Amino acid sequence: MVRIAVIRFPGSNCDLDVVHVLKNVLGVEASLVWHKEFKALGYDGVVLPGGFSYGDYLRSGAIAARSPALEHVKVMADNGLPVLGICNGFQILVEAGILPGALLPNENLKFICKWVCIRCDNGWTAFTWGIPEGKVLHIPIAHKEGRYFNDEAELERLSRKRMIVFRYTDWKGEAVPEANPNGSVRNIAGICNEKGNILGLMPHPERASEELLSPNRNADGLLLFKSMAEYVKR
Amino acid sequence: MKAYTVEIVIENKPAARDPEGETIHRDLILKGGYVNVKAVRTGKYLRMTIEASSPWEAERLAFEMCNSLRIYNPVAHVYRIKVLE
Repeated sequence: MVRIAVIRFPGSNCDLDVVHVLKNVLGVEASLVWHKEFKALGYDGVVLPGGFSYGDYLRSGAIAARSPALEHVKVMADNGLPVLGICNGFQILVEAGILPGALLPNENLKFICKWVCIRCDNGWTAFTWGIPEGKVLHIPIAHKEGRYFNDEAELERLSRKRMIVFRYTDWKGEAVPEANPNGSVRNIAGICNEKGNILGLMPHPERASEELLSPNRNADGLLLFKSMAEYVKR
Repeated sequence: MKAYTVEIVIENKPAARDPEGETIHRDLILKGGYVNVKAVRTGKYLRMTIEASSPWEAERLAFEMCNSLRIYNPVAHVYRIKVLE
């Protein structure tokens, strides 16, 4: 059976939502693990959930990124196992240097909590197997530091290597400036590593994994977790 | 060994927009009539007390720490260290 670890840091607050989706909606084994106790051995994949680890002090994710747990996350990533960072989890992966870039305060300096559209631009990652490229997903965001930033040379590399997985778009899938909620460069909502087994994204798929919870009666977020489980089984 | 006060200032690289600085500049300083102020950048300020054998050693320690612990994110930030006697 697929066994996924969900790491809890002091200040994580979307950890139980992820465990709920994995266990009760998807039907895989999910363990909530305190970051100090996390070891790579015995898990097929790992999720770094959202929240406000260490109160977002210094910068979101900057302190959790120095937790020994991240060394184990790196080991799993190097072994090709799927690593998913959601919101604060994405910030932690970036601050740990596991994914490139930085997540700066939103352009309007406000905490933004709303449903947005994101377009899948790479259907070959561990988390997007089951998502056709170009498909628009409806998933909520909830963050204050989600403005993805990188320099132009690095953005070109990300683009060339197809590491930009999700972009904020309108309903038609156009990455127009009006659809960009936080000022991210190139409307970036999520990126992966070159191999496609590490994904970080600001939107919360665990909050969009049951039709009952979506204003549009869909479960777009579940597609990511399904893909992750299928990737492990392959 | 002596205790030195060390200041570390972290700010965005020029290519990374600083909306807080822009807003302070536009909506407070310029509207307040201080038209000679041409730009504002905000940042994060850390003041540390570091025990070291010399001011240079205190600066070296701060430099090493900024990089090894990623006190700043090299993708988006620049930082300055100043040792006060």
